[in-house]
Amino acid sequence: MGSEHGPRSAPHRSETTLRVNGKPHTLTVDHRRVLLDVLREDLDLTGAKKGCDHGQCGACTVLVDGRRVNSCLLLAVALDGSDVTTVEGLSGDGEDPHPLQRAFLDRDAFQCGYCTPGQICSALGALAEAESGHPSHVTDPGAPSGRPVALDRDEIRERLSGNLCRCGAYPRIVDAVQDVTGTGST
Amino acid sequence: MDTFAYVRAGSLAEAAEAFAAHPGARYLGGGTNLVDLMKLGVERPTALVDVTRLPLAEVTELPDGSLRIGALVRNSDLAAHPLVRDRYPALSQAVLAGASGQLRNAATTGGNLLQRTRCPYFQDVSKPCNKREPGNGCAAREGVHRDHAVLGHSEHCIATHPSDLAVALAALDAEVELYGTAGVRRVAAAGFHRLPGEEPERDTVIEPGEIVTAVVLPAATAGLPSAYRKARDRASYAFALASVAVVLEVADGVVARVGIAFGALAHRPWRARRAEEALLGAAPTPAAFERAADLELSEARPLRDNAYKVPLARNLAVDVLTRLVPDGPVPHEEDS
Ligand code: FES
Ligand code: FES
Repeated sequence: MGSEHGPRSAPHRSETTLRVNGKPHTLTVDHRRVLLDVLREDLDLTGAKKGCDHGQCGACTVLVDGRRVNSCLLLAVALDGSDVTTVEGLSGDGEDPHPLQRAFLDRDAFQCGYCTPGQICSALGALAEAESGHPSHVTDPGAPSGRPVALDRDEIRERLSGNLCRCGAYPRIVDAVQDVTGTGST
Repeated sequence: MDTFAYVRAGSLAEAAEAFAAHPGARYLGGGTNLVDLMKLGVERPTALVDVTRLPLAEVTELPDGSLRIGALVRNSDLAAHPLVRDRYPALSQAVLAGASGQLRNAATTGGNLLQRTRCPYFQDVSKPCNKREPGNGCAAREGVHRDHAVLGHSEHCIATHPSDLAVALAALDAEVELYGTAGVRRVAAAGFHRLPGEEPERDTVIEPGEIVTAVVLPAATAGLPSAYRKARDRASYAFALASVAVVLEVADGVVARVGIAFGALAHRPWRARRAEEALLGAAPTPAAFERAADLELSEARPLRDNAYKVPLARNLAVDVLTRLVPDGPVPHEEDS
């Protein structure tokens, strides 16, 4: 197509610096590459999974600047300077799993486990959102603004609706998240 | 996906310049819809002009009592903002009724308005679609169109606009602020999106190169009772089959101000002006709400498989209107 001389001949790679689980990485990326692929293929962080690659399943969920997002829809070049946390970064340097990871184990909240890293990162983000007063679709509209929202089962189900589980482990996923909110029934 | 140039804009002027310098460029906000469409081959930009670093992420109270929402305010922050929740509940509710927590964290206010239809034929480059490729036909008209328009569609396109947020803005009399090389202009949110007519490829009245910089919520609807209700196939994380945003003020026993907008019925949020006119000055009874909704929806021209949307939308509107009447609804005429 002679695209060498067409509008697509402009440089299509750029340098981007991402801080991933506390460690800075400077990479030259093709503009088309999404964060999910960079994590999995360049940085060998294969915790985040590719389910749909279209923002529909949540398997690729990671935290960017502390907020949960679908890494399959984020162009790495546009994230230059961002802080990324993946499931690998949750337990810190120690051996101890993060309380959410512990709860998923204790509650046997998965079967194949493919959705689990996304579920856990999403739950982590959801807990922080509720703590900072973000309402959800099922929060009483009359609830006072800006106060932490208590997460009952309906709230957890609604807030995690962006994470699909083809094995249908939902009831135990809700159990596990509820354990961490401190309102779990035994 | 084709390769593309990437430009990070440091100012609005720089963004507009970069856009003009790259024919076939697109602005990049949260990217939740654009990047998806690029993966599908529906969008094939030669360049992305990244506007996410522009200083447009503030919610500001203006001296006239209106509230200016910067175009880069993320959907989740918009829905959680105390002034939005307290003054414009329908807007917060509409945003929370859409997408997922992850997507709302990435999606921007401006980008939400500019998202494209989820018509499956639009998203499939192997199928005819006048919106994607003007002149090559509409596969939805005779195809799977259960989710498609019942109002204002044309022979060329029966797509609906998927935004929840835009429906609330239309009902609340918000305005959309646009920056272009010719200056800054504001258009009514209810008139920002278009009907498909002869040009289904144009979703909005935005001119090439213009950037949505803000949405302005007026003082006139601040603090009035308002609500959003959405019907969908599952309880969460699905597009609307029908939805309604309502703002209603009752004074001295009659409707003093009313804004009603339907979602998922048309190529744009459908502001129900006829229903509003019928209600102004009337007693806020369920019967009056039913008559007004029926009057508005008498214009509907359902397709083979989506006639269900008409009673669904009607019942949603009557329910929300009834619940917004202060001190509960006035009893049904038959009951009194
Ligand atoms: S892989 Fe990202 S949402 Fe499915
Ligand atoms: S455990 Fe298999 S997909 Fe969730």
